[in-house]
Amino acid sequence: MSLKIDNVSVIYPAADGRPPVAALSEINLEIVEGEFVVALGASGCGKSTLLNLIAGFLSPSTGSLVLDGRTVSGPGADRAVVFQKHALLPWLNVIDNVAFGLEIQGIAKQARHKTANEFIQLLGLDGFQNSPVYKLSGGMQQRVGIARALTCDPKVLLMDEPLGALDALTREKAQELILKIWGETRKSVFFITHSVEEALFMGTKLIVMSPRPGRITHVFDLPFSRLFQSGAPARQVKASPEFIALREKVLNIIFADEEAVE
Amino acid sequence: MTDPVSSKGPGLLARLARARPTKPGEIYGVPGQGNTFWLSIASVLVLLFIWWLVTALGLVKPLFVPSPQAVVKKFIQIWNEGFTNTPFLEHVLISTFRVFGAFLLACAIGLPLGLAMGMSPLMRGIFDPPIEFYRPIPPLAYLPLMIIWFGIGETSKVLLIFLSVFAPIVLGARSGVKSAAIEQIHAAYSFGATRWQVMRHVILPSAMPEILTAMRVGIGFGWTTLVAAEMVAATKGLGYMVLSASQFLQTPVVIMGIFVIAIIAFGFDLLMRFLERRLVPWKGRM
Repeated sequence: MSLKIDNVSVIYPAADGRPPVAALSEINLEIVEGEFVVALGASGCGKSTLLNLIAGFLSPSTGSLVLDGRTVSGPGADRAVVFQKHALLPWLNVIDNVAFGLEIQGIAKQARHKTANEFIQLLGLDGFQNSPVYKLSGGMQQRVGIARALTCDPKVLLMDEPLGALDALTREKAQELILKIWGETRKSVFFITHSVEEALFMGTKLIVMSPRPGRITHVFDLPFSRLFQSGAPARQVKASPEFIALREKVLNIIFADEEAVE
Repeated sequence: MTDPVSSKGPGLLARLARARPTKPGEIYGVPGQGNTFWLSIASVLVLLFIWWLVTALGLVKPLFVPSPQAVVKKFIQIWNEGFTNTPFLEHVLISTFRVFGAFLLACAIGLPLGLAMGMSPLMRGIFDPPIEFYRPIPPLAYLPLMIIWFGIGETSKVLLIFLSVFAPIVLGARSGVKSAAIEQIHAAYSFGATRWQVMRHVILPSAMPEILTAMRVGIGFGWTTLVAAEMVAATKGLGYMVLSASQFLQTPVVIMGIFVIAIIAFGFDLLMRFLERRLVPWKGRM
């Protein structure tokens, strides 16, 4: 698996007398097999635009996105999206939500429930198969969303601030759960977050983006998620001097961007 | 001796103007929360009592407001003997048939049309002007046209009711299309769904609450139009019964007819509310 984003720009046309806006400018990025790429940046830096491009919801003004030799020209089952919220279907119970992608692909009920059950186990949702999703807590709803994205065996998992709506404790548990699943499934991940700590802890590669025009200003290779996967406790990883030093460095970049905007 | 005012706390007006702390289990500040069942029962009983009292004291002539007993007596008499040589239940059935026939027809045409208008600018562009044009016109205004075009038979009656039910159902289905969150739609597309699958699996189910509400509103309009539809050349039906009774100043029959229409309409509304709870228990919860 490899996703190549080559010199991509997105320019929103002029409207209401305002000049055209460059949401993204000359983005170059490659995501290879098993990589966990985290995008971080001040609001308006184009993180979500970039995710929408990869998902195929948006086409670039210039440049190209190529996934395994094929140009991305629309959404497809090889790229699954996990949204921040509002994306589950409340008229379906947990198992049918998880199996939704398979239903769209015309898989028979028994087969899709079997697959769905595997991912329900993986996400620790066993016993809730028949619960209505609107009665679950926010953290469990998000796990349903992740399970649903995984059932169709996508090449890339696109996560748009998936933990943004969760409380701090649930969020840390969810981070560890996502890393565990990433370790087991070896998916490539593109992950958007507002939290510097989350970004450093989870990614293998961090891209820091700046607004006006949206662009990638810094790229860091990160060791911390591998440390966690090889057995180091999460809190110990997050408390290590290397982690804290990098956190301060990235925070400085982002605060400088925020001030430049104001 | 303590000051009686200060021991009572703030004055009555101040207490009414400000929200009070809630009981455990309620949420502070939710507008209009609280169970109204017993209050509603009491309200109905009080109204019945006032009605009875006014007539029993002879404050109003029976021609204007007959007593409850007279209405019940009339009901039993018509139940047993019929009205204008037609059994009472036949009046009920024929009116119910007209309203529900028109309602089902309006659902069968209006729901797909409304959904199509919500989905496609082409359909919206074509059908929005005629529907918005006729929607605010009172059915009585176009009743003569219906009769000129479709005669005095069943067609013009059902069609008149149909038109009054049709507009709210189309509008409900049309705005229901917008209920689906864009994330839900994107999720379906990202699994490779076709437009048709998105419609069937996401947009239609999420439009259900609005569609059911539109159906409730629509059937209400249907009963409202019933009397107008049965004004001309009808010999059966509840609307006809009320109108012809009024011409002979049989006020008890008029009031009894009004009650029968209200009870049938209310019964159907209860059924729709029950369906709503069964079909869309998730309404407003996600």
